[in-house]
Amino acid sequence: MNCRSEVLEVTVEGRQVEEAMLAVLHTVLLHRSTGKFHYKKEGTYSIGTVGTQDVDCDFIDFTYVRVSSDELDRALRKVVGEFKEGLGNSGGDGLGQMSEFYQKKKSRWPFSDECIPWEVWTVKVHVVALATEQERQICREKVGERLCEKVTNVVEVMNRHEYLPKMPTQSEVDNVFDTGLRDVQPYLYKISFQITDALGTSVTTTMRRLIKDTLAL
Amino acid sequence: METDLNSQDRKDLDKFIKFFALKTVQVIVQARLGEKICTRSSSSPTGSDWFNLAIKDIPEVTHEAKKALAGQLPAVGRSMCVEISLKTSEGDSMELEIWCLEMNEKCDKEIKVSYTVYNRLSLLLKSLLAITRVTPAYRLSRKQGHEYVILYRIYFGEVQLNGLGEGFQTVRVGTVGTPVGTITLSCAYRINLAFMSTRQFERTPPIMGIIIDHFVDRPYPSSSPMHPCNYRATGEDPGVAYPSVEDSQEVCTTSFSTSPPSQPAALGVGSADLAYPVVFAAGLNATHPHQLMVPGKEGGVPLAPSQPAHGAQADQERLATYTPSDGAHCAATPSSSEDTETVSNSSEGRASPRDVLETAFVRKVGAFVNKPINQVALTSLDIPFAMFAPKDLELEDTDPMVNPPDSPDPESPLQRSLHSDGSSGGSSGNTHDDFVMIDFKPAFSKDDILPMDLGTFYREFQNPPQLSSLSIDIGAQSMAEDLDSLPEKLAVHEKNVREFDAFVETLQ
Repeated sequence: MNCRSEVLEVTVEGRQVEEAMLAVLHTVLLHRSTGKFHYKKEGTYSIGTVGTQDVDCDFIDFTYVRVSSDELDRALRKVVGEFKEGLGNSGGDGLGQMSEFYQKKKSRWPFSDECIPWEVWTVKVHVVALATEQERQICREKVGERLCEKVTNVVEVMNRHEYLPKMPTQSEVDNVFDTGLRDVQPYLYKISFQITDALGTSVTTTMRRLIKDTLAL
Repeated sequence: METDLNSQDRKDLDKFIKFFALKTVQVIVQARLGEKICTRSSSSPTGSDWFNLAIKDIPEVTHEAKKALAGQLPAVGRSMCVEISLKTSEGDSMELEIWCLEMNEKCDKEIKVSYTVYNRLSLLLKSLLAITRVTPAYRLSRKQGHEYVILYRIYFGEVQLNGLGEGFQTVRVGTVGTPVGTITLSCAYRINLAFMSTRQFERTPPIMGIIIDHFVDRPYPSSSPMHPCNYRATGEDPGVAYPSVEDSQEVCTTSFSTSPPSQPAALGVGSADLAYPVVFAAGLNATHPHQLMVPGKEGGVPLAPSQPAHGAQADQERLATYTPSDGAHCAATPSSSEDTETVSNSSEGRASPRDVLETAFVRKVGAFVNKPINQVALTSLDIPFAMFAPKDLELEDTDPMVNPPDSPDPESPLQRSLHSDGSSGGSSGNTHDDFVMIDFKPAFSKDDILPMDLGTFYREFQNPPQLSSLSIDIGAQSMAEDLDSLPEKLAVHEKNVREFDAFVETLQ
């Protein structure tokens, strides 16, 4: 099974980085999250309900829908905040390899479990500096329109109905889903990002942020 | 297309499609309420949320949807459509979007109904939640208030896209294959939202684009087929809180199995208040709704058209007429298309590189126009440089510009003498020249007094005849003959001495 990869590019002003990244991330995770599984007797389970919430952006003329899970939102905001901080320090463009969905393959001791990605979303962020308020206003609108297109792109990919991990048994649910959240259950994912300076060279090494799981050897 | 679907799967599938259709309508209408929607996640299955999504049910919307379906399900040739339109306080309206739930004949016989189809329908609803926030009508609906209201209408049958005007765009939300056909959910939305009220012609034009009659009644005739929603003032709890479920019809259980799936049951239907007006101000820009003209006071609607939309086929003015029974339609002046091939554009058109090289040899109506000779008409005075164009355009061979004719015999010595072989300014009679001669028409050279203009004068007098004394014939005479003729000349002069003397005396 080959991992499918999707790349999205956005050009934003510095203060729009966070909202633009969150809009894309939440749209992806909305489609890759289910309700909490409750296993009953052997072979049967029930699924909880996923709520949704509209989020208005402050610096972009855009509204996106996210899963109603404060835990998930906090986790994403933390990572995006670090990404934005790194961008701000370097003054360059950023390459966020966000939302890498994977599933674990159990290995025998002493080997750790293998993480096999099955879907990778990469968001390339280009940061521009604007001088006047009029430019910022135009940027608000333009970035809003671009994000509308990105959401449409995400939806198109999601509805291709390509590979998805099989629904696991109770013993294997942690190999497929992130069961650590209280209210929703996204597929296992990890977020990493890379920042390049104005010259295009990598200023920082890739930072891996694991929500759950151990690093592969 | 029917397959060997067992009865239970068929029942389940019909139920899934039915409630998917109802939930689709709910998502669309709620997204146009004008407020942010918030529902809570629940880790424990409640048994009342279809497709594992917390989507509240507005009873009026469910009622309208069921009325439109009338017990039927979306099938091939029978689509369920949700029409979103906008209505101003003046009574003008236009269609903004048509959401279509359709089914085609492409079947997926291998798919599992109670598991895969159900989960994919859930995914499609999530996609619908996302897409309903990115179409232009969303931002309009968020700004609705006293000036305009958003209306919805549900109908079943053939999709009607005429009311969206020209250049509408479509976005496909997603598809789900089933054993009886493929469900497709899509949206067609209007791009150009600028329009002008027809009532502007019935009264004096507004001053400064603002109607001075803001004390108007709300535009809601009871016979309207569209359904408005009540407008909620901003500042209320953005999370819509609906009353708990009262009216339970079908409840959906959410038990699944990793082995052959169990049977989900029906869904409880909630209830909530629903009502919102939409008032629309003219001159909206689809891509920049915030550029809406200032509505003025309550009830007043500016009628001056807005600036054109960016990047869209927008016109500055559109005429919108709406009758409740006919539906809304807009007539728009088409945008001008480029036309570089007409003769009238000859001075502004572009020449291909090949044509530029052939300019000297091919007759053109005007500069930079590439037209076959027989298609060129020179009688029009509008053609640039027409006076330079010769009258004979039939063939290249007879084209004087390609094969200049021999110069005719001069009618006068002056005319004869003025012809020069190497003249660059005159039309040459030398057919052997490698140069292409054009008629010399100096600017401002028209002379009404003389029958000739400056160019003609120049040609005629630029080469005066040689002095006879300098002619070669005289020089050819020998010196001896001159000496022999000298005495005779002297004798003649002696005879006329007295005349010469008288002449000299007059000079003194």
